[in-house]
Amino acid sequence: MIDSGTTAWMLVCTALVLLMTPGLAFFYGGMTRAKSVLNMMMMSFVSIIVVTIAWVLYGYSLAFDASGSDTLNFVVGGLDNLGLAGVFNAVYEGLIVQGGQVTAEAAAADNFPMMVFSAFQLTFAIITVALISGAIADRAKFGAWVLFSLVWATVVYFPVAHWVWGGGWLGQLGIEDFAGGTVVHINAGAAALALALVLGRRQGWRKEPMRPHNLTLVLLGTGLLWFGWFGFNAGSELAPDQTAGLAFMNTQIATAVAAGAWLVVEKLRDGHATTLGVASGAVAGLVAITPACGFVDPWAALVIGLLAGVACAYAVGLKYRLGFDDSLDVVGVHLVGGVVGAVSLGFFAAYPFLEQQNEGLLYGGPISQLGLQILGPVAVGGYSFAVSWVAAKVIDRTMGFRVDADQELAGVDITMHAETGYDLGTVYASGVSPSTALATTTSKKVDA
Amino acid sequence: MRLITAVIKPFKLDDVKAALEQFGIKGMTVSEASGYGRQRGHTEVYRGAEYQVDLVPKVRLEVLAEEDDADDVIDVIVKAAQTGKIGDGKVWSVPVDTVIRVRTGERGPEAL
Repeated sequence: MIDSGTTAWMLVCTALVLLMTPGLAFFYGGMTRAKSVLNMMMMSFVSIIVVTIAWVLYGYSLAFDASGSDTLNFVVGGLDNLGLAGVFNAVYEGLIVQGGQVTAEAAAADNFPMMVFSAFQLTFAIITVALISGAIADRAKFGAWVLFSLVWATVVYFPVAHWVWGGGWLGQLGIEDFAGGTVVHINAGAAALALALVLGRRQGWRKEPMRPHNLTLVLLGTGLLWFGWFGFNAGSELAPDQTAGLAFMNTQIATAVAAGAWLVVEKLRDGHATTLGVASGAVAGLVAITPACGFVDPWAALVIGLLAGVACAYAVGLKYRLGFDDSLDVVGVHLVGGVVGAVSLGFFAAYPFLEQQNEGLLYGGPISQLGLQILGPVAVGGYSFAVSWVAAKVIDRTMGFRVDADQELAGVDITMHAETGYDLGTVYASGVSPSTALATTTSKKVDA
Repeated sequence: MRLITAVIKPFKLDDVKAALEQFGIKGMTVSEASGYGRQRGHTEVYRGAEYQVDLVPKVRLEVLAEEDDADDVIDVIVKAAQTGKIGDGKVWSVPVDTVIRVRTGERGPEAL
């Protein structure tokens, strides 16, 4: 039996999570220089295209088809759902991680169509790929990014989603990752680090100012991310129930606290509380609470938010010390925030819902759960980093991942897309000849 | 004739304009400019990283005046643009050989 309430809730959550990717485009776009804003936003939008197609053809099957042999199932899904075959008539009943064993929690009352589950999970794959793009602002060839996003989704995201949520080895071991701290954020953060290393620093990095060109866009993006993240986190309960409510509230708590914590760090360290700080802190909080939101008590969400806000506010400075140009701080916010969230579960987990999952140390749980919460990030981060590095190197050696030096100086908007983000000048705006511009202005006046 | 150029703080433009109009100046050219003098720009902080921003937004105002009026016009501009704080800007003048009103072809002081 399909439950209409659950189905409606999951459809709404799916749309909420999809909105996060355009939100991310604004968040990232505002942080680049004006000459790269369109390319930055395009890298997010094209992720929607590439990942959707890959998901339909084979991605969903590789991530969530648990019909393969036990050995295969350990590392990757089977091929029974290629082209979403068999999904229309299937029903989502209980967590696939349990290998089909339906517990009381996954009672028939919460059943919803597998097609909705597939669409919901697709939106996670999309934003994970898009997150990586922040590391390579201002300097990537668009075609190379399109190819990389396809390869990365195929070789990294789909298998890793299977490891944790699709019945693979991390899930079987009992790792706790409610909404994707490991699968989404650590995964993307590690890939971002690899790309930043392979592509190298932007020309003039650390010498000339590379200020965010539009912080109002960054704040708009932050708002959209925050809003969509309720679908991401509360929706990951896959039912409109008590735990979804907990996940929703914890998301709000950790995000608000992390944003505040970041501001306090800034005020004390730099002398000013900034808008980029509040935006970054909010996202750091959202990232850190993602794996924990359905597992912890609200007081723990306060602590996790505080830890994430402070840790990430300091972590974003690492790139200057270590010398890698992670342009928009994907590593400092998503990798570090993701690790804070994943590891915190080893201490704070209060409501494990699978047999093999345990409570955290503070609730009398075994140290093995903490070990697993560290193993997960190390395994996923290491795998993602290694594969991303190799894939990016191969692309760089063959088609080239980075634009030419003069294209980079002119701006990737005009050289990659033949567009510019803004038309603010009155004379030579956008390269339109002055006579045309004048004619347009005149005719408008006549019309008025 | 002299061309008087003033680089001033943008928010002082209205005061300067009003003072010049009261003095009897009939036209001027204003453009956005950026630069620095002794103030040496300012510092901005993004995610803990400090950026030295050398070029500060300014307004450049250009006025043509007759030789006899030039010093008075300069005084009017300086008085109106002054805040006493660093970054108030500069005013200078240079001699001008020829001025022509495009519409009528008038030359010299009549073209002002």
